[in-house]
Amino acid sequence: MAIAVELRHISKRFPGVIANKDVSIKVESGSVHALIGENGAGKSTVMKILYGMQRPDSGEILVNGTTVHFKKPADSIEAGIGMVHQHFMLADNFTVLENIVLGYEPSRGGVIDFNAARVKINEMAAAYGLTVDPDALVEDLGVGQRQRVEILKVLYRGAKILIFDEPTAVLVPQEVDELFAALQGLRKDGLTVIFITHKLDEVLRVADDVTVIRAGSTVAEVKASEVSAKKLAELMVGSELPSPEIHGSAKRSDIALELSQLTVPAESGARNLVSDVSFTLHAGEVLGIAGVEGNGQSELIEAILGLRNYTGTVIFKGEPLDDESVSERRDMGIGFIPEDRQRQALLMSSPLWENRILGHQRGKPVMNGALIDRKATMADTIRIMQEFDVRAPGPDTLALALSGGNQQKFIVGREMSGSPSLLLASHPTRGVDVGAQAAIWNELRAAREKGMAIVLISADLEELIGLSDRLIVMLRGSVTAELDPAKTTPESLGSAMTGAA
Amino acid sequence: MRFKPGKIALAVAAPVFAAVFSLIVSSASLLATNKSPREAFALMWEFGSGAGSLMEAVNLATSYYIAAIAIALTFRAGLFNIGVEGQLRLGSLFAAYFGAMIVLPPVLHILAIFIIAMFVGGLWAAIAAYMKVKRGVSEVISTIMLNSVAGGLSAYLLSKHFMVKVEGSNDLATKPLPASGQFPDLMPVLKKLGVEEQPGGGVYGMLIIAIILGIAFWFVVNRTRFGFELRSSGMNPIAARVSGVNSKKMTFIALVASGAIAGLAGLPTLLGDTHSYTLGFRGGVGFTAIAIALLGRNSAVGMAISAMLFGFLEVASRTLELIDIAPETYVIMQGSILLSAVIAYEVVRRYQLTLQSHALAKAGDK
Repeated sequence: MAIAVELRHISKRFPGVIANKDVSIKVESGSVHALIGENGAGKSTVMKILYGMQRPDSGEILVNGTTVHFKKPADSIEAGIGMVHQHFMLADNFTVLENIVLGYEPSRGGVIDFNAARVKINEMAAAYGLTVDPDALVEDLGVGQRQRVEILKVLYRGAKILIFDEPTAVLVPQEVDELFAALQGLRKDGLTVIFITHKLDEVLRVADDVTVIRAGSTVAEVKASEVSAKKLAELMVGSELPSPEIHGSAKRSDIALELSQLTVPAESGARNLVSDVSFTLHAGEVLGIAGVEGNGQSELIEAILGLRNYTGTVIFKGEPLDDESVSERRDMGIGFIPEDRQRQALLMSSPLWENRILGHQRGKPVMNGALIDRKATMADTIRIMQEFDVRAPGPDTLALALSGGNQQKFIVGREMSGSPSLLLASHPTRGVDVGAQAAIWNELRAAREKGMAIVLISADLEELIGLSDRLIVMLRGSVTAELDPAKTTPESLGSAMTGAA
Repeated sequence: MRFKPGKIALAVAAPVFAAVFSLIVSSASLLATNKSPREAFALMWEFGSGAGSLMEAVNLATSYYIAAIAIALTFRAGLFNIGVEGQLRLGSLFAAYFGAMIVLPPVLHILAIFIIAMFVGGLWAAIAAYMKVKRGVSEVISTIMLNSVAGGLSAYLLSKHFMVKVEGSNDLATKPLPASGQFPDLMPVLKKLGVEEQPGGGVYGMLIIAIILGIAFWFVVNRTRFGFELRSSGMNPIAARVSGVNSKKMTFIALVASGAIAGLAGLPTLLGDTHSYTLGFRGGVGFTAIAIALLGRNSAVGMAISAMLFGFLEVASRTLELIDIAPETYVIMQGSILLSAVIAYEVVRRYQLTLQSHALAKAGDK
């Protein structure tokens, strides 16, 4: 079959991170091709390059066999490529019809020919089952219908190759079914669909071919009919990882953290984000919290740190924390490795030594009274860089210049400074390379031996099982199971997480 | 670190580009009205660089600088206090009225006036701060609207309650400040340094206060915990919150402190020249100061330079009327400097990022 799109050895680097390294993809025309990978694996960057939103540092792009050099999205639209964005780009106060023709208005004698457009849109809508009222205001439409408008908009511009960026993220199941039906219609008509996702069941449902991308590089290309979800997951995560494990028990008799009936209410009256969670954590113990993302794990950790309002009680080393602020909790000895390091833990355009202060600005060594102790901060930043193998020219380097793994190692080092009694670690190795991951595991193990209590959240099930002394599973905000990691496999944990067990 | 000569060139590139661009734009506007730019600029330079003009420019810059510090403080915290105009107006009015009522020895009297002005300015800003913290009202909107309220309120208070009769004039004014509440001129000191007295000239003593404020601003923002938390909130409010900064408290403090400093910005003229608040109180300082804070990149030194630049241009452009050029040319210069500076800084910043990523790519660091 003919190849609609081919990417050859594409690389793209942003300050401090390699977004893509040697990405090669072949998409057959008239097929649905899924591009899968973990969050941050570089899927979206590849597609932005193909769509002309970003230019690759090196590599080649071929569309229908000819080499192309897109400088802007208009160039790729010209070549017949269309993109349906994850976040819709529609004018709310325009009608569906107006939104679709916007920028490509058919005119007759200087006047927009809405009738011609309407006829064409109705034809397309009928052909692909994308029914939507052309005269409805976009602000009155639901999410699924808005997405149809986006698709029609792309088709209207004559796209033969459609890129969908995580299209199901915002849809309810029934809308997903409708979308998939439309995708089949497009394929039958000879159009090519590239589908970005990290949901494996969807891939198996709609895709013909699958390309797996991991840590910025394409690692495999397989037929959807010849592969299982488990195999895809292994390809996505990579199986050559060093294995996380702990030996024996480091558990002490003193209790580090005690939660009773902790409940985090939703902001808008829906069901509680966290409901009725109770547990006791001893010093030197690691409690792993398993769960599909969005089931209340992050909110639970944020509540423990005081970032969210909650009911119930949190007792830390015998002291109730409920009336304490975030700063007081931190100063009492709680370290926090947040899930989104750039948003929650770094001042990206500040040097590392200033980032060393963040979260610790109320005490030694970075402060001398109310004044910043620059010398001591510098010295301690260098200590972290050495102990945690943070590869950067010096403490003056801006945080944004570091690669993701080095940023993460720096944060882990910072949060372990001053030996906190409790560490709240949310995805501590997300998006870091294998070496940095092993280094972070070592640090967590060593801290556990020294008596630090750790609450661990991770999407990496092997990491979660390997590092935890105990495991609890959260589903829709509640603890649904408590498991012994020694008797748990990623498969059994996976089914416990989805509530299938 | 790695590309030092280039670094310095880049730092100079933005302001130089801004100045050149502004010259081109204002020249074009002069040419469009059939005036000679060369003649105009030569005249401005000749007049503006005279000692008397320079003193006047410094005096203007003193107010501008204090107001710019007030604005920069909020910029650094990720907020925007557009209400400096109203805060300084009310601060000046109350300082003038109560300052004339109280009896205190010289230094203490001035201190008391400072406190009144800061209190009133801070209180006015506290309205916006309270609404922001409690109700989520954007401080941009509330402060700008409070400017109008302050304008009306000050006119009302002056005409109905605070005014005294001015002999032989229709102007409304508060009672003049007694000598103990007037800030001494710097002329005696300057004379010792060999500066000659100019007709109608003199340098406000408040210049000293402005300099002290500038140093204090730099120190607090860059060297203290409060400054660190303020900057963190401005750069990354989420990370600041995670680090334990109480964002509501920070917002409140930053806005109120900004208002208090703004309250002082009207005092150079009040304590150094007019000695009473009149209906003809000079407006616009709080708005010009926004441009100065932007041009000066919220840094103590940068704002001092841009305040001087604006003061100089304003004074020098008055002479343009002599050769029949609209003095508003000054406004065009002000605008084009600001616009080009903002663009130039952004262009330079992006270029630096590109350089950095290339350097990293070459180093092969991962």
